[in-house]
Amino acid sequence: MQYVMLIHQGDTPSPNDPEAWAMLSPEEQKQVYVDYQALNQTPGVTPGLWMQPPELATTVRVQDGKTLTTDGPFVSVKEALGGYFVLEAEDLDAAIAVASRVPAARLGGAIEVRPVVES
Amino acid sequence: MTLERVFRDEWGRLVAGLIGFLGDFDLAEEAAQEAFALAAQRWPRDGPPESPRAWLTTTARNRAIDRIRRDRTLAAKTRLLEVREATEDGVDETTIPDERLELVFTCCHPALRLDAQVALTLRTLGGLTTEEIARAFLVPQETMAKRLVRAKAKIRAAGIPFRVPPADELPDRLAAVLAVVYLVFNEGYGGRVDLAAEALRLGRALAELLPDEPEVHGLEALMLLNDARRDARFADGELVLLRDQDRSLWDSDRIEAGRRSLERALALRGRGPYVLQAAIAALHVDDPVDWARIAALYGELAELTGSDVVVLNRAAAIAEAGDAEAALALADGLDLGLERYHYLHATRAELLRRLGRVEEAREAYDAALGLVHADAERRFLEGRRAELGP
Repeated sequence: MQYVMLIHQGDTPSPNDPEAWAMLSPEEQKQVYVDYQALNQTPGVTPGLWMQPPELATTVRVQDGKTLTTDGPFVSVKEALGGYFVLEAEDLDAAIAVASRVPAARLGGAIEVRPVVES
Repeated sequence: MTLERVFRDEWGRLVAGLIGFLGDFDLAEEAAQEAFALAAQRWPRDGPPESPRAWLTTTARNRAIDRIRRDRTLAAKTRLLEVREATEDGVDETTIPDERLELVFTCCHPALRLDAQVALTLRTLGGLTTEEIARAFLVPQETMAKRLVRAKAKIRAAGIPFRVPPADELPDRLAAVLAVVYLVFNEGYGGRVDLAAEALRLGRALAELLPDEPEVHGLEALMLLNDARRDARFADGELVLLRDQDRSLWDSDRIEAGRRSLERALALRGRGPYVLQAAIAALHVDDPVDWARIAALYGELAELTGSDVVVLNRAAAIAEAGDAEAALALADGLDLGLERYHYLHATRAELLRRLGRVEEAREAYDAALGLVHADAERRFLEGRRAELGP
């Protein structure tokens, strides 16, 4: 089975927000990097592209043939997608086990496990 | 042995085995249905087969294989093509694996919504029809059908595994399974007897399949002990408190069976929430009732679950043991999380009444009456309130 793992940052402190990031101890900060690195080296994981924070997103709509752009993500910044990776796993239980190792899952965010349509 | 009895006994096992064999819920259900339809035609004419289980399994497998041969896209969806076609010669009863545990853990997977877990368990393991489940849960049949279709689609598309979880995940996953069974039981306890019987059947099957898990026996004991008092709980539609219940209406065989399950759970050193609740239920049917021990067990249960409702039960037991003052102090010390819960006010009212604090008792009954929903409970509270005067 293949899954797209969508990382929702939620309240997770990120280096993009130095004030929130400073709330983590240096050990915790280091652990976040270590965990993401371990995740990317997990068998079955294809790392996603590294996205800029949602604050830098532009949202585009077309109404009556006219293109409208707004500053920021489609949903609120807190609910916006923070990142993603692709996982090849035996079944949902295996995917849940990997999802639970993503630092965002324990730091105030959540991982959405989305199965890919089998061709 | 009637076909209906065979259906009750064999449906869950047949469907579970077919899902294991075919890797597809819908195909398995259809094949099982066809096998029973064929049995209804043939058994009365030819006499029942020597082993109904083997006959049903062989027939259902062959039906499924026929369908797959006719339908190539279906073949791609199932695992069948990898399976040897040795089924035509019939199967030996002893070689049919029992995969009901795999099935129950799949149905009660936490990635499914609780209402879907319940519906799926009743459909696949219990053999209830969509219509029966819909009626039991007071939802339109169409809603229930959609719920089942969606759950099965998710199992397939999301890759929810058909297996018993490994030991490190087992306690949490088993708790989810037991919660589903107990929910079904409580729906039945509220009046829909068929569901209670179904929950008891599921509980018994789990106890057979997981004989070393104390909580499984604890749940079975709890259900048996509560079910034994069903006929005494209501008189002319009115709720009857335990101590006023007519003991001759209690089912003594059920109570004995419940006690035996509890003993098994305790022998396995069980001390989980279901074992504790069963131990409390067993003390309730003793004569005289040891309220002090019940209060102590509620204390243990409260510590385990952190539930305010359990603390309230403990308060009621302390009052029965003779210390209404301490009971009231305990109830009053509860967090306001239960403010909107009629049972808190009803318990306080009863305690205040016993302490002769009539004015406050009336207020508490009024507060409880403002929140209660079930009719029988409402009439009970109204009766108590009326005794205290206007």
